[in-house]
Amino acid sequence: MQRTPFYIKHLEAGAKMVDFAGWEMPIHYGSQLQEHHDVRTDAGMFDVSHMTILDLEGADAKPFLLKLLANNVDKLKESGKALYSCMLNEQGGVIDDLIVYYLTDTKYRIVVNAATREKDIAWMNEQLKPFNATLTFRSDLAMIAVQGPNARDKVLGMMPAHEVAIAEPLKHFYGAFINDWFIARTGYTGEDGFEMMFPATQAPKVWDALLAAGIKPIGLGARDTLRLEAGMNLYGLDMDETTSPLTSGLGWTIGWQPAERDFIGRKALEAEKAAGVQQRFVGLVLTGKGVLRSHMKVVCSQGEGETTSGTFSPTLKESIAFARIPAGTETECQVDIRGKLQSARIVKPNFVRFGKSVLDV
Amino acid sequence: MSNVLANLKYSESHEWLLDNGDGTVTVGITDHAQALLGDLVFVEVPEVGSTFAVGDECGVVESVKAASDLYAPVSGEVTEVNEALGDSPESVNADPYGAGWIFKVKLADKAQLASLMDAAAYQALLDSEA
Repeated sequence: MQRTPFYIKHLEAGAKMVDFAGWEMPIHYGSQLQEHHDVRTDAGMFDVSHMTILDLEGADAKPFLLKLLANNVDKLKESGKALYSCMLNEQGGVIDDLIVYYLTDTKYRIVVNAATREKDIAWMNEQLKPFNATLTFRSDLAMIAVQGPNARDKVLGMMPAHEVAIAEPLKHFYGAFINDWFIARTGYTGEDGFEMMFPATQAPKVWDALLAAGIKPIGLGARDTLRLEAGMNLYGLDMDETTSPLTSGLGWTIGWQPAERDFIGRKALEAEKAAGVQQRFVGLVLTGKGVLRSHMKVVCSQGEGETTSGTFSPTLKESIAFARIPAGTETECQVDIRGKLQSARIVKPNFVRFGKSVLDV
Repeated sequence: MSNVLANLKYSESHEWLLDNGDGTVTVGITDHAQALLGDLVFVEVPEVGSTFAVGDECGVVESVKAASDLYAPVSGEVTEVNEALGDSPESVNADPYGAGWIFKVKLADKAQLASLMDAAAYQALLDSEA
């Protein structure tokens, strides 16, 4: 089992550790619900060092990404700007979702998932062959996300003035280097905050400083309820190599323009669109009894679908889910929960933003 | 450390039973069980008047992370359920042996109580699982 540079700090904080894709990670530090609320109302920190940081560098870095990614890196004009994208196979299935930070036309930083590391790097290196660029896995870096309405203030409060001058003006979805640190105003919770990458050797010291600043440790359990409320997909549950972004609520991440950009998977997506997309990706709010989970059968007027992720929403105090259901316009459905059909409302797959419900009442 | 109360009986599926002395028992899940499940967000209690045999599924407790069946630790008829859990399932976490009780059963066979574990035996089970 692999461990991050924060492992000992998790134990000190009383974490219950679990196996996550071969990594020994904290699921919670006592109460997953309390941790969820801490992030929605104050500030929490997540060890995300298991995620994979890759640096791409070389004369062909940009043309390579224009080919590799479904979203269009040509949208990135300012140094530090981030872009969320899927990396597709030729069939239009999702190999992984990722964030790419534009540094210069010949240098990008890419963050991909932990569970997909080996296959992602193998795929990327295979596609990289005709291009003049190199991909470097930054196993020397640790990564921590600090999220919540007070997250930025607490982090900025720990920084010397010359660092605040760089971090404070960062707009949403921008990052910047501060010496050997990279700090970005990104996250996976629907709250404001930073994601920070820095030398792994500094990890314990950074953790202690964040704790001292009143930032609470948050486990993977709350990370999941936070991201689901925020309408953010989780790779492996909500989409995978057999599903297209068009049926995973990720159509907005496809860079269709310009039409001549021939990214991997484009032909398959165009064919799918031309034939008519058969399924839609929706949010569900349970009005019946129980808790929605992954892989529950959804019964709609036009046929059956399935939940992809489900949980109890600590913010809404209702059970919510993402589901892939037959294309249509109905606003109600039923979900098979342990053999009984329970009613649910069909909504946009987005529930909470900046601590507040975004559901139409 | 999980709390185990001396005056209760215990099942292998981590339910506790309190003998009310009037032919009924009160049933809940143990401190150990609630700690394993984590924060509870939903409890499905059995219906009053329904009858169960030992080992029957008679309800569900769901935490943020998982659902877990409740099993009838004794045979009998459900006489009362803790309706308050509908609004406050977290009572099971906060007070598993008190406010977090789940249902009461009229025993079909009082001898079944004797076959359940006492506190020492249940503690030994927890120690062996640790």
